[in-house]
Formats: sequence, C-alpha cells, structure tokens
Amino acid sequence: MKLELIGITKRFGSLVANDHIDLVVEPGQVHSLLGENGAGKSTLMNVLYGLYDPTEGEIRVDDEPVVFKGPADAMAAGIGMVHQHFMLVPVFTVAENVALGNETTKAGGLLNLSRTRERIREISDQYGFDVDPDAVVEDLPVGVQQRVEIIKALVRDAEVLILDEPTAVLTPRETDELLGIMGQLTADGKSIVFISHKLREVKAVSDVITVIRRGKVVGTAEPSASTTELASLMVGRSVSLTLDKAPATPGEASFRVHELVVQAANGQRVVDGLSFEVSRGEILAVAGVQGNGQTELTEAILGLQDHVSGSITLDGVELVGRSVKDIIRAGVGFVPEDRSVEGLVGSFTVAENLVLNRYDDAAFARGLSMSPAAIRTNAEEKIEEFDIRTQSASSAAGTLSGGNQQKVVMARELSRPLKLFIASQPTRGVDVGSIEFLHRRIVAERDGGTPVIIVSTELDEVLELADRIAVLYRGRFMGIVPGTVSRDVLGLMMAGMPADEALAQADDIEGGDL
Amino acid sequence: MSTATTTATATGAGTSGVRSWKNPIILSVVALFCLVVFALGAPGNSVTFRLSEADDAIVLPAIVVSAPIIGWVCTLVMLALAVLAVGRTRAGVRTPTWVPAVFAVLFFIAFLTWVVGSARTPNVALYGLLAGSVTLAVPLIFGSLSGVLCERSGVVNIAIEGQLLFGAFAAAVAASLSGSAVVGLVAAAAAGVLVSLVLAVFSIRYVVNQVIVGVVLNVLVSGLTGFLFSAVLSEDSQRWNSPPRLPVIRIPFLADIPIIGPILFEQTVVGYLMYVAVAVVYVALYHSRWGLRTRAVGEHPKAADTLGVNVNRRRFMNVLLAGVVAGVGGSFFTLVAVSGFGKDMTAGQGYIALAALIFGRWNPIGAFFAALLFGFATNLSNVLSLLGTPVPDQFLRMLPYVVTVFAVAGLVGRSRAPGASGIPYIKG
Repeated sequence: MKLELIGITKRFGSLVANDHIDLVVEPGQVHSLLGENGAGKSTLMNVLYGLYDPTEGEIRVDDEPVVFKGPADAMAAGIGMVHQHFMLVPVFTVAENVALGNETTKAGGLLNLSRTRERIREISDQYGFDVDPDAVVEDLPVGVQQRVEIIKALVRDAEVLILDEPTAVLTPRETDELLGIMGQLTADGKSIVFISHKLREVKAVSDVITVIRRGKVVGTAEPSASTTELASLMVGRSVSLTLDKAPATPGEASFRVHELVVQAANGQRVVDGLSFEVSRGEILAVAGVQGNGQTELTEAILGLQDHVSGSITLDGVELVGRSVKDIIRAGVGFVPEDRSVEGLVGSFTVAENLVLNRYDDAAFARGLSMSPAAIRTNAEEKIEEFDIRTQSASSAAGTLSGGNQQKVVMARELSRPLKLFIASQPTRGVDVGSIEFLHRRIVAERDGGTPVIIVSTELDEVLELADRIAVLYRGRFMGIVPGTVSRDVLGLMMAGMPADEALAQADDIEGGDL
Repeated sequence: MSTATTTATATGAGTSGVRSWKNPIILSVVALFCLVVFALGAPGNSVTFRLSEADDAIVLPAIVVSAPIIGWVCTLVMLALAVLAVGRTRAGVRTPTWVPAVFAVLFFIAFLTWVVGSARTPNVALYGLLAGSVTLAVPLIFGSLSGVLCERSGVVNIAIEGQLLFGAFAAAVAASLSGSAVVGLVAAAAAGVLVSLVLAVFSIRYVVNQVIVGVVLNVLVSGLTGFLFSAVLSEDSQRWNSPPRLPVIRIPFLADIPIIGPILFEQTVVGYLMYVAVAVVYVALYHSRWGLRTRAVGEHPKAADTLGVNVNRRRFMNVLLAGVVAGVGGSFFTLVAVSGFGKDMTAGQGYIALAALIFGRWNPIGAFFAALLFGFATNLSNVLSLLGTPVPDQFLRMLPYVVTVFAVAGLVGRSRAPGASGIPYIKG
C-alpha cells in the first residue's frame, strides 16, 4: 500500500504544528521521521491516524484521496499505530486488548475470544513474538506490551505501521529485537513509519529519512548520512555531539550509600541492597531501563521515600530519616526526572521557581515577608547565566519550552553551594542544542569538586558524561564499570547480566550490531 | 531474554512484604472484645434459631444451641487466629486471606448467638431474618448496579440517591393516577433516566465535576419531591399518593423449599427483576462486546478511542441505562415496601448503595453480596429491637452504617476503582 500526505497543515489556534508537510511512504519501506521533541512528528501522525482533522491538505492511499473521521477509518484503510504511550488497557488480558473495537461475537453480542486468541497465536508464531494471549497486560514487560500493540495493528490487517518513539522504553537488546521485527514486517511488504530522535537507530533501519523542524519538512536524507549531518539538519545549526571534558580528578569519597533498601507499598524491594560511593569531582552515572529502581533510589537520597533501610552518608552525616528540608540544607541539589510535575510549579513565575527551595533564605525573605526585589534580581542573573529563553522573569514557567524549563530547574539547583548533585534524566525531552549546554554545566559542577550522580536511561548521555557507570537492574547494581566501557557491555548489563559476565561475553561478540 | 527471565525469578523469590500490623492488631483487639463480651458475658440460656414455620410444606427442626458454648468456642478459635496472624506478621510472612474471612464468619456467629441469647425471647426466625434482609437489600442492589454501570464506564455516580428517590416518587404518582402498579414501574424507570440525563449532560458534555453534579442532583431531587409532596400529594393523597402495590408472585413448589424458597421464589416483579438484572449485568460486563468496550472506556478511554470506540457516547448511554436500573430500584419504596410516597423516604440508601458498590469492588456479584450484608444489618437491627435486646435501640440502628464504614475502610482488602472513573474524557 502506498501512502501519501500532501500539504498537510494542522493549526491549533495561532500555533502551526504542521506546515504543508508532504510525505510519501512506499510499500515495503521503513520511512523515518526525524525531529526534535515538539517538532510536530506526533501531531502529523495523529492527523494520519484520524485523531486530528487536518486544517489543510490531503491524505491519499494508493493514489485515492481519503478522509479519516476517526481512528476506525484509518484502521479500515490499513493504517496501524503503536503509540509512544501504549494504548493498552492494563487490567485486560492480551486477547481482550486485541479484540477491543474489533470483537468477534457469538449470538447476542457475547464475546468469542477464542477466535482472537487463535489470531494472536498465528501472528505471534509468524514473527516469533512469544506472546501469551491470556496474560494480563500490566504484568508483561514493556517490550512484550509493545509487541501486543503491533499485534493489535496486524490483526486489523494494517499495511502501514506507525511506530511513535518505539525505542524510548526499551533496553538496547529489546531495541535490537524490535529493529529485527521491523525488518520482517517490511519483508512481508508492509511499510513502517518510524518516528524517532535517536540518530543511531534511524540510520540503522531506514530506507528514507525525512527531517522535520518546527512543523516543516526541512529535508530528506540518506541513511548513509553521518550522525553529525542528521543532527545539524534536525536542529538547524551545526551541533557538536561530543563533549570535550577533561578526565576526572576524583578526590575523597564524600558520599556513601551502604546496603540501601527501599520497599514499595506492596512489599517489593524496589531498591535492593545498594552500596556505592561517589567521590568529589566525579560523575557516577546510573544507567538502566526505566522502572528498575532509579526513581526510588534518587528519592530515597532526598528523603522522599518511606520504608528505607540502610545508610546514606554525606560527609559523614547520616541522611536516612531526616526531612527533605534538612537534606536540601545539607547541600544536596536535586533535578527530578519529571520537571513539569516535580521540578517546577507551572503556574508560578520563572523568578518564583528559581527560589522554590530557598524562599526562606535570608537572602530572599525577612520573617514572614519575601523580598520581591531580591528574587527578581536573582532571576535576572540566572536567566542571563543559563541562557533561559523566556519573555521575562515574571512569565509563568509552564509557558517555557521543555529545554528552558529544564534550565530553570538546573539553574535553581546549581545556584547554591552543593555537596552532592543528583540529576535524573537531565536532558529528557530537551532539544539537542540545550543538551549540549546542560551537559557542560554538569561537567562544570564536577570540575568544581562536587560529587555528581546522573540517572539516565539514554545510553548516549551516560557514555557522554560518566566517569563511572553503575547499571541498575531490578533494584540491584549489575556492577560498576568505568565510563569508557562499550555500549554492548552496558546493553547486556541493562538486561540483567552481571558486569564480569557481560564484559566476557562482549569480548566474544566484538564489533556486533549497534 | 533468557538471562533476564532467570534473574527476574531469582530476585522475585527473595522479596518479602512491608510488615503491616493493621490486620493482626485489629484481629487481636476484636478477639479480646469477644472474649469479654461473647464468652465471659454469655447469657446462660440456650438460643433457638427457627428454620421454618410450623405450617410450611417442608418443616425443618429448629437449631437450639447453648449460648456459652458457642461463645467460648468461637472466641477461642478467633483468639487462635489472631495469634496466628501476629506470628505470621512477626515472621514477615503474609497472613493468608482465609484467616480474616473465617474470623469474620466466627465473629458473626458469636455475635448473633450472644445478641439473640441476651434478648427477652431468645428465639429468632432465621428464615425470616434472611428473607427480610433480601427484601431490604433490593433497592441497595439496584442502586449499586446503577453505580456499576456508570463507574465501569468512567462516570462517578453520586446521584444514586436522587435516582432512587425520584423513581420512588414517580412510581407513586404514576401508579396512583393510572391505578396500575406496572405503569408506576415504567414511570420510575423514566424518572431515573431523567436524573441520569442531567448527570450525563453536565458531566460528559459540559465536563462539570461529576461528584458535584451528583450531589447537587440529590439535593435538587430531594427538594423537588419534598415540595411536590407537601404542595400536591398531601393535599389530595387519595388521588396522588395511594398507589396499588405490586403483587407478590409465588412460584408453586419452588417457593416451598425451606429458607431459600421464599427468598428466590416468592417475590414481586421488582424482586425478580433484581436477580435478572444482577445476572445480566454480570454476564454482559465480562462476556459481551458491550461489556468489553464499557470496561475499556472506564479504564483507559484513550486506548478505546484509538480503536474506534466512541468514548463519550458509550458513557452517555451507560449513564442513561444506569438511570433505568436505579429508577426501578426506587419503585421498590412505593410499590413494594409501603404504599405511598413519603418525604426523603430513601433515607440515604443511595449512599449505602455506593458503599456496596465499592465494597463489592465494582463487580455486580460483589455489589450484590455487599448490599445483602447491609440489608442484613438493617434487618437484624429491626428484628432485635422487637426481641428486646440489652443493646440500646440507637446502637442497633447504627449497625448498618458501622458495617458500611468498616467494610469500605477495606477490612477485606484494598479495592481498585476503574482507572478512569471520575475523569472526563476530552479528545486530543
């Protein structure tokens, strides 16, 4: 099936999310859409999938113009979509999820799930998915849930599959498996629209690459183009993808964690006996797939978790059991993983957000009253220093772009003398240009002699910043390895292999894929 | 993947729960209370539980038990269970779920024996107690089914009380005017739909907070029916407020089965409709296309939308359907229980139905049994006040509400609401 988008424009009020986008997806092709967060990729795909009406433009299937009033129409035309946030009902079984909206029924509207189960097994066998139709979706690993999404599309005879940031939640190994599945699908004559901002993957699987920036197609590229070329095309100016950082000169190990255990409410040990230390002037990166205890680890350090046992000491002072305020006062800077929920108050001004954890400092407050002038001056300095793009210090923080919001959080945390700096997902959803800047600031903090912990699910970022890398898997460290370790080793460790085994195995498969 | 799975099972096996002392403490305190009241304080006489009437087709012998023996046996077993729970918790092992269940049953037996034994006439008709419970539970069951239909599709229905009351009112007026109880039943359903329609339009179309709309509707219906009652119905109650009652339909032979016969086979149309409604809603919810879509819309509306299910239309229809169910339940008050409407006669039953819904974990069968429990508590307090117990009447009247609070507070475990219940769905 050949799919064409001609002059698609989508406006939300005065905002132009898509501006006359043309795209042709040929059968059997992987067509990548490359662009930064907020470039309009997802909007375009939602238009294609019938979730949004295009303001202008036309969609053609096999040269016939079509109009999609809703996802049902798009599915009927042979378009399937795997959303970035899976559209699966967590308490349903695989079969129920697949059947939903496309149910086979017996007399009286009663469900006939056995037909659906059969179809799931067929597809599962054909592509080697290994999916049990009767498993409950919320119990399945993310990688398998994604396959359920693909099955959902295939059951509906999709000819074009849209995969929206499919690798964001996967381990490197699962990513490889997914790329393999994509190959099988295209070999069967299906076409795939692959949306990503990860250059490496895009280069590995694409037949055609279309780059989108600020709602417009800014060019197409061959998969053979270099990552630097693709990055420049995506950002619109030349970017340096590698960070020049001096080797670390670690000092005394001032931050120590001993036998840290964090239990969830259901009793599961989400952090399971971690012991490690971080030295002054060193960056320890905690890598791992999302949901392996990273959130709980960082929150335990900041005092946000209940049911914590073990010991956390900073310069010899015990932090477990102390209040968050005490811990912040002790000199811990913390950039939470979700800036919009935990890092900022969106309806507060930039200036207010910059003093959120220092509002009662002598510098900004006297008794019950705050000093607006001091807060304002502070904001103006930080906006200048961190190059925060905002209309003014009194704009609401929620109106800023992701990258600039992150700079606000980072500026606040780095603007006081720190004894420990923790940043979770410091550049998630941040444009490539800002990533460079944020990374430099983190390294600068290290060079100033602060122990730094970075938690990231992005291997690129981990390898970029880390002096040492700890890989977290199901609440335990699979080992702590030097920052110069290979991608393959980290991939194996992220899938649960201890460091020594991973190092041995990686030697065997030297020069493997990706 | 193979390495991942093996490590997963290894770590999985090593986990142990966060010790929660809630259960063992509650069990111990209750067991000690039982020791003092039901065992040490047991009345010396024996207690008679009658299972059938003397002129029934099949006569069962009455159960006669000694109050002190039952009191001591139950209490000792309960103490043993409490000790078991304490020991398990101390060892960091989860207490098996049968422990609180068996404990509750024993408590119930001990309480019943004690309270009947202490009465002036230590003799109670068990069959009547049960049959009366079912009768009192009828509006609760309809109300909680209405809640199931709404909440499973993602709309919180606080307006059950209003639906019941308006159903009761409409049934009384329509049946009085037409002289036919069946017309009253239809009018009750229509009245329930009317309340639902307001709820649906405001909460789905205009995205007003669902809880607020529900509460406002209850107040509105109470005020409206109260006004009409005093302004119109009381003026000429012969014309407006003397509905014929629905006849009890007795199914021959089956109704002669002891204990369950009258419960299942000697009911009015409303009673039979209740059993049908529970079964139909249950089967439909879990085994039909409608049910699958309804649950999807209540759990993850966006997922349903991306598969071509019209979320808000489905919700709208379900809320209207819920109105039919609750309206019919309301007719119980004026066509079955008493003949005639009284101001605010539902007396908070709609809220108890809401509690039954939560206690029953949003499952029609669960809600059915939860409602039966609440009906039983109400009936027990009625029967006991007739028997003349040492417990003050006011305390007995609190019984259903105390049971509700404890039940909903999650003595039996945490219940999990549908994922999107109460959250309006806005496209895009």
